[in-house]
Amino acid sequence: MAGYTENELAKDLENQEYKFGFVTDIEADTVPIGLNEGIIRLISTKKNEPDWLLEYRLKAFAIWKEMTEPEWAHVHYQKPDFQAIAYYSAPKQTKKYESWDDVDPEMKETMKKLGISMEEQQRLTGVAVDFVMDSVSVATSFKEKLGELGVIFCSFSDAVQNHPDLVKKYMGSVVPMTDNFYAALNAAVFTDGSFCYIPKGVRCPMELSTYFRINAGGTGQFERTLVVADEGSYVSYLEGCTAPQRDENQLHAAVVELIAMDHAEIKYSTVQNWYPGDKEGKGGIFNFVTKRGMCESHAKISWTQVETGSAVTWKYPSCILKGDYSIGEFYSVAVTNNYQQADTGTKMIHLGKHTKSTIISKGISAGKSQNSYRGLVQINKAAHHARNFSQCDSLLMTDECGAHTFPYIECKNPTAKIEHEATTSKIGEDQLFYCMQRGISEEKAISLIVNGYCKEVLNQLPMEFAVEAQKLLAISLEGSVG
Amino acid sequence: MIKIENLHASIDGKEILKGLNLEVKAGEIHAIMGPNGAGKSTLASVLAGREDYEVTAGSIDFDGTDLLELSTEDRAREGLFLAFQYPVEIPGVSNINFLRTALNEIREYKGQAQISAKEFMAMVREKSAIVELDSKLASRAVNEGFSGGEKKRNEIFQMAMLEPKLAVLDETDSGLDIDALRIVANGVNTLKSDQNATIVITHYQRLLDYIIPDFVHVLYDGRIVMTGTKELALELEEKGYDWIKESIDA
Repeated sequence: MAGYTENELAKDLENQEYKFGFVTDIEADTVPIGLNEGIIRLISTKKNEPDWLLEYRLKAFAIWKEMTEPEWAHVHYQKPDFQAIAYYSAPKQTKKYESWDDVDPEMKETMKKLGISMEEQQRLTGVAVDFVMDSVSVATSFKEKLGELGVIFCSFSDAVQNHPDLVKKYMGSVVPMTDNFYAALNAAVFTDGSFCYIPKGVRCPMELSTYFRINAGGTGQFERTLVVADEGSYVSYLEGCTAPQRDENQLHAAVVELIAMDHAEIKYSTVQNWYPGDKEGKGGIFNFVTKRGMCESHAKISWTQVETGSAVTWKYPSCILKGDYSIGEFYSVAVTNNYQQADTGTKMIHLGKHTKSTIISKGISAGKSQNSYRGLVQINKAAHHARNFSQCDSLLMTDECGAHTFPYIECKNPTAKIEHEATTSKIGEDQLFYCMQRGISEEKAISLIVNGYCKEVLNQLPMEFAVEAQKLLAISLEGSVG
Repeated sequence: MIKIENLHASIDGKEILKGLNLEVKAGEIHAIMGPNGAGKSTLASVLAGREDYEVTAGSIDFDGTDLLELSTEDRAREGLFLAFQYPVEIPGVSNINFLRTALNEIREYKGQAQISAKEFMAMVREKSAIVELDSKLASRAVNEGFSGGEKKRNEIFQMAMLEPKLAVLDETDSGLDIDALRIVANGVNTLKSDQNATIVITHYQRLLDYIIPDFVHVLYDGRIVMTGTKELALELEEKGYDWIKESIDA
């Protein structure tokens, strides 16, 4: 018979290669492997940091040493050997770039392969990009235009040098170093990241965007992002992630902190496409990220994420709804294939009155992967008239994959209104047949159906990101029905 | 248009079609009637290329091509359309997006350029009027939340958009009230030309009051056992299928 059998499809899927698996040959300045006080001091010295930051790092390191790696997530993996990782790797440069023309051509090539050619982005989309390769931010664009509005958008290292007061005030205020194992590790060894400050009443006129990429072998990436939206301001922040294909597992333990002051709004969108490992489950990124936002009164934070990569993902972008009438939103598509494992979700902590949260989670499992939604909705005593709506849908592409939902609800206020909906479905052969009978190829049909399934989440993404996300979904799931 | 010879097909090892012969020429409408379990829907599924069915013998010539050699989507692209008995819902995918994707896939197969947005929307307006389909339905998700009648009208709307050579209507009349039935039938009649052909699979005669067939075939136990004109349908309505069963089984 014409067409694929299920087994053929499953095989086809295994052969999908990781599109972004190339290594850029740039001379790197890497510190010796291992983790001890000396290494932390070395990183701090290399980055010419003030004393308070070194102290912060050392304190975090002391705390981390006492902690154990969390095991409650529904994931299984060989724990990283933290002494076998090089904690600092910077593209070797003696001086900062004077202009875009000075940027290493090979690095430009890398960006081109990632599909984010800086020239093009500048010209076509008006997106300001802060590109982080390994640990050092190499180029920041549109700085002048943003500067006129008083918007600060720079690498974390620059912020430490040029805006130490802001960094000192807000760093660790939402995700303290004691928060969890990986947050403590990050606080001790983070090398760079992005910093963003939007002044009072300013509506940032462009999407701010950062691309992260892990390049050097055997390194971990520990970046920190801090976004502060002052009263009545608005910012939309995009984060994209890729990594080259390598046999060993690489660790990525980031911390993202968002602060939305009174009446401010932050929209934070992520498309994560780290290398997921090969079809046997070898290699791939361990993505252990702590993301959290603090909402003051009438403030709003929206997390939107499309997660298609990484061997193991452990990530719960959360909102602390501290101020009255504040709003938290979480829109997520998580795709797992082959042997990928994802344990992702959100925490909505309602502290203020009339706080509102929305959770829309769409999990798609293919191959032999395991995909878990884990979420906490916590309504505290003083949170009168808090409201939450959660919807968790799971779509299964094969008989060998797994979808799990772990919703936790803690309610301490009787005026709260909490709704939870969950569905699990297998991609319909009837749907596929229907599409194909209309002349649509199987791959396009899957892409149509999956994109339709994720529509509520994709609609939250800015236009150019949504297009990229749709393509990623198609690539991740090509021929994955079985 | 299509010539089916000695078609045998089975599902899960059970033979359903047992040597079916049928020839439909361009410009003709053929009705296939028969009791439950005779193999009517199996015939529709086999023509469309559903994988669950295995063709064990026979041949199908579709306008000069060996239909059985083609994939499901290529059969559609060659101009075979199946109006489903139970159209499926595809949440989040708009009817318009769905049809434009389908139309462009067919065009690409034929080496034609993609349809422009303007041209496409003009076509949607024109064709949705044929089945009196509310233009709002065109922008809603495929069949999601549609009533039974709307789903069937949507099938005919899609048929109008894709302009197939051969349309197979699988129990399109089931679940329709008399108004919807008239609208659907009117759509089919409007789309009829001497370039295309239609196979109407139905359980009841009443659809044939509106869609006048050139030939009526009785499908029983996997074979066409009797062929006549529209009068045969009336006779079946009146006498049921038992007399045919008896004469065959005897």
